[in-house]
Amino acid sequence: MSVLECSKVNVRIAGIQVARELDLKIQPGQFWGLLGPNGIGKTTLLKCLAGLDQPATGQVLFESRNINELPRKLLARHIGMLQQHTVYVFDSSVLQTALTGRHPHLAYWEREGAEDLEKARAALDAVGLNDFQARSVTGLSGGEARRLAFAALLVQQPEIMLLDEPTNHLDLKHQVKIMGMIQSHTRSGRHSAFAALHDINLAASYCSHVVMLFGEGNWCAGPTSEMLDETSLEKLYHCTVERLEGPNGPRFHPAPG
Amino acid sequence: MMPTAHRRLLFLVLTLLSAASILIASAAGSVTMNWSEWFAAISNSSSEQGELLWRLRLPRAAAAWTVGALLSLSGCLMQVLLRNPLADPYILGVSGGASFAALFGMTLGVAAGVIPALAWAGAMASILIVFSLARGEGPWSGTRLLLTGVVTASGWAALISLLLTLGPDSSLRGMLFWLIGDLSYAKLPYWALAILVLVFLACLGMARSLNVLAMGETTARLLGEPTRKLLWFVYLLASILTATAVSIAGNIGFVGLIVPHLMRLLVGSDHRILLPAAAMFGGLFLVFSDTLARTILAPRQLPVGVVTALLGVPLFLLLLNRARVKQ
Repeated sequence: MSVLECSKVNVRIAGIQVARELDLKIQPGQFWGLLGPNGIGKTTLLKCLAGLDQPATGQVLFESRNINELPRKLLARHIGMLQQHTVYVFDSSVLQTALTGRHPHLAYWEREGAEDLEKARAALDAVGLNDFQARSVTGLSGGEARRLAFAALLVQQPEIMLLDEPTNHLDLKHQVKIMGMIQSHTRSGRHSAFAALHDINLAASYCSHVVMLFGEGNWCAGPTSEMLDETSLEKLYHCTVERLEGPNGPRFHPAPG
Repeated sequence: MMPTAHRRLLFLVLTLLSAASILIASAAGSVTMNWSEWFAAISNSSSEQGELLWRLRLPRAAAAWTVGALLSLSGCLMQVLLRNPLADPYILGVSGGASFAALFGMTLGVAAGVIPALAWAGAMASILIVFSLARGEGPWSGTRLLLTGVVTASGWAALISLLLTLGPDSSLRGMLFWLIGDLSYAKLPYWALAILVLVFLACLGMARSLNVLAMGETTARLLGEPTRKLLWFVYLLASILTATAVSIAGNIGFVGLIVPHLMRLLVGSDHRILLPAAAMFGGLFLVFSDTLARTILAPRQLPVGVVTALLGVPLFLLLLNRARVKQ
């Protein structure tokens, strides 16, 4: 039951204030959506949460300890991150790439065992890449590469999933599938997820909580039903947003013009 | 991933080919032995042919195998370190430092036996220069290391040209052979073998980490690697391998670039298989190349660097082409 927490975190990158005095608690069972326009610093914030970057001031806490002072191997067993891009320079098979998710769980000289292989195969099956096991990663399409990266994250079995635009390159079917998988990951009540998203309606459908980055360090965070409305979205994206009531709750549209 | 049966077969073939390469290297040359002569020679080391075998050919073949393995292993590591399949053992200036020191020694006319030590010292100096200049604060930057290394290598190249221009004509031939890579006077120093074995074991132990590193620095960190430490360690190991190879045999080209590539095409990029396969293939490839270098224009001997390039380039292009067709 791991908790990831921001305590008075100031995030800056290249002179841009991403978030000022950000206080956030990602608790088991929660699925957070991170919303904000292009270039506002969503990836930078995710990197701070993953402990890859250090916030300008304040602390990111994992289990009440400063994340930047914890060993990477320990973190990798609890926190996993899907990066925005995956570039493969060296050729490798799909199965072997999925297996890299086991890396933090294995000792120095240890080889992957039957159980690890089983996990990798199950994850590939879950993202619909079962027939691709022997294929080379350099020949995958954008969407397939994305699903493979997500499968590797599943194989890693982190309690906290950080995801940078997980639905990038995915068709509608796979967007729904992957978001559903993240949701069921958190619904068990032991895991949590935090995803940067561009699709407001995916956030409205799947996320229990949202954070919005407005720029110049301004932010707001809370349960999705309280946070998502036309006013906040118009302020967020600087365009007119229409609200439609659907069978599964409100949906948001940009108004033309 | 390779099935276990394929993997066993691969290493069996590589072991047999390595043995065959050394056997042929010991029998072939300006004095070619038939098998009965060879058996007589190998069992009687004090006969004339026994001396030839035990004191010249076998040490030279062993040196060739070791140098080939050192260079191939170093090439594999450099490619992961810089995440660039075009990287080779010489790209970061290690061999430049070694060559400058060795050629400087030749200009001054120091004894041939001192040259390897000079080369080793030059390589170490170059490693230290690149390390201290590229280190800096902040996150790991492969580009900074690459640029520092490449520019340092260019600096050494300029100094080497200067030595070649100003050096006495009498030492020019020796210098040229050194720069092309030559095993004529190579004997297998046991320390080189020890370095090969130690570094190889260290690499094999962290082979899974290398697999993860090959996927990018950030990915490796997210999968639990302290990448900054790990990458500098890889740099150090690759540099030591190169320094050892170069101080024995000079700048033998292509082996460290082509063998890792060939093996990647053949066995994939799981370093637990790639590293031993590349080391063994590099070894036997250099033994065969050196045997050719001794025999093809016998009694004249070519520098082995010419042969590795002449053999390696077409072999590589052929395999690359085939791999593309298969895809």
